[in-house]
Amino acid sequence: MPAKESEKWELRLYIAGHTEKSVTALNNLRRYCEEHLKGQYKIEVIDLLRQPQLAEGDQILATPTLVRKMPEPMRKIIGDLSNEEKVLVGLNIIPA
Amino acid sequence: MKPGSNKKQKKDDTKQLGLQKTPSGISGLDEITGGGLPKGRPTLICGEAGSGKTMMSIEFIVRGAMLFDEPGVIMTFEEHSDELAVNVASLGFDLEKLQAEKKIKLDYVHISRTEIRETGEYDLDGLFIRLGYAIDSIKAKRVVLDTLENLFGGLKNKGIIRAELRRLFTWLKEKGVTAIITGERGDGKLTRYGLEEYVSDCVILLDHRVVNQISTRRLRIVKYRGSLHGTNEYPFLIDEDGIAVLPVTSLSLDKETTTDRISSGIPSVDEMLDGKGFFKGGSILISGTAGTGKTSIASTFADGVCKNNERCLFFAFEEPPQQIIRNMRSINVHLDNHIKAGLLKFCAARPTLYGLEMHLVAVHKEIQRFNPSVVVIDPITNFVSIGSIGEVKNMLIRLMDFLQNEQITVMFTSLTLNDPINDQTDEAISSLVDSWLLIKDIESNGERNRGMYVMKSRGMKHSNQIREFVISDNGLDLIDVYVGPDGILTGSAREAQIIQEETGAAIHSYSLNRKDREIKRKRQVLESKIASLHSEFESVEEELNKVYEEEELRKQILSKNRETMQSIRRGGNKNDESITQQNASKRK
Repeated sequence: MPAKESEKWELRLYIAGHTEKSVTALNNLRRYCEEHLKGQYKIEVIDLLRQPQLAEGDQILATPTLVRKMPEPMRKIIGDLSNEEKVLVGLNIIPA
Repeated sequence: MKPGSNKKQKKDDTKQLGLQKTPSGISGLDEITGGGLPKGRPTLICGEAGSGKTMMSIEFIVRGAMLFDEPGVIMTFEEHSDELAVNVASLGFDLEKLQAEKKIKLDYVHISRTEIRETGEYDLDGLFIRLGYAIDSIKAKRVVLDTLENLFGGLKNKGIIRAELRRLFTWLKEKGVTAIITGERGDGKLTRYGLEEYVSDCVILLDHRVVNQISTRRLRIVKYRGSLHGTNEYPFLIDEDGIAVLPVTSLSLDKETTTDRISSGIPSVDEMLDGKGFFKGGSILISGTAGTGKTSIASTFADGVCKNNERCLFFAFEEPPQQIIRNMRSINVHLDNHIKAGLLKFCAARPTLYGLEMHLVAVHKEIQRFNPSVVVIDPITNFVSIGSIGEVKNMLIRLMDFLQNEQITVMFTSLTLNDPINDQTDEAISSLVDSWLLIKDIESNGERNRGMYVMKSRGMKHSNQIREFVISDNGLDLIDVYVGPDGILTGSAREAQIIQEETGAAIHSYSLNRKDREIKRKRQVLESKIASLHSEFESVEEELNKVYEEEELRKQILSKNRETMQSIRRGGNKNDESITQQNASKRK
């Protein structure tokens, strides 16, 4: 089910440096968002190597971690986001 | 691989420098480990739920921050930081304050499987960065990862977790922090997920056992690479002052000894002990069957100590203090006066109230607070109900060790029943005590009396006599028992024997008198007989003498007659013979 127009998707991707995994994750995320949430999303990339103090706030322990800040409730997906279906279900873009 | 090479290098360093240790600051633990945990290495503390893993690791951090000026990071995977702060506040640790002073940093890592989905490859760099940031922000030297294994619960990909854990420990070593990792105990393994594989330097196992409904915490160093360490299970406890491990082997036998003596409070008992009493700083065991007056002896001892203006601490494990005071009044021992004067203190507790270790620590604390010169423990027997004989012995050894170091004289009382358990208590402790007084019931003639003797008393000449122990209105006393042809007599039998002996003596003297008189009479009879014989003899003698005299007289008369005759016939003596002849023929 496509998301409603009014909904604003606020996504945050935590990475630890530009590793292969983080690049894969970011590319995957961009692709899914363009496909399903075009025009309604905002992606914020946080490199923990530069801003380590931010890790505690969102309870990050694995990288890469994708955090859905909005809409509530917060959801987390860890890994390089290679499985599209899992990511979409995880973000509640499509129902499980 | 990196970890392997790194480890090897570390080992070489150790060889050159010797293993450096970080003192934990936890009382007793540093003694067992010979100085603390391996510096700059991770240590695994494992144990079941509620065994005190978190408490121990947090105390490690707090003590480090407070005593050794080593800031520490606590990363908890289980309890929320606030909850943790509240929980340890009961130990007097103010985590809020320490955090504000930048001596401690708390980081709560929340992992919940429901919130996290996994897709594809990932690593735990986030955790590393968080921890690294926390360490750097306060320049931490110590790190605690409290139940790292929760990672396994929160994440599905076990392969990644294992690889990352290996990397984490290597990384911790590189960081040079002394770390404690806690892990829940698993079936047949030290930890549920085999963390011990990764932490190879030092592993401490905590245990929490309930025996007879009384729990005892124990600690054991399973492994400590490159260091000597105590291998026993050491009991420990958590109380308002934190964790206290009580190392059994801290027992050192190089104590100072004194030749000063301390009176038992009963002069006749002192007499049995070389006339001077016990050694100061020694240990005394009073054992006896029920109702033999052990508490009375202990109270009299305490009374004597207080009368000398010294302090005495009385641990009553059987009777309430008020009852002891009341009962002792009946034998003229007034303990309440000493309590008022602040010289005597009673500490009463049922042995079953808590475990042996708690008792030991409670005793330690009371002693340190009151600073007595004498401690009385009445009785030790009841401890058997809360621990095995071995455990009780261990506890008493440690207690005596402590007391001896402090030069405190201790008197134990011990109840002996004629059953194996209690005999064993006596045996267990008797080899440790310096003086052992035994009170035995002597049953005979339908009554029961107390006999006391000195079983042993090191370093003094002591009496080998069994004395009768008498409790009277005026206190305690010892009386020589009567040893007669019928064996040992006590109590009324002794009295009876004495009376009997007195009667015997009277009868004896009476019979002696009678014999004397008899002899006198005999003598009188004999003497009178002798007198009559004497007179008889005199009369016979007289008779004989008379005959003899008559003969003599006649002779004289005859010769006189002849002379007269001759003179008549011739006027001379010429014809004497013829006259005689004539007379002779005439008589024919």
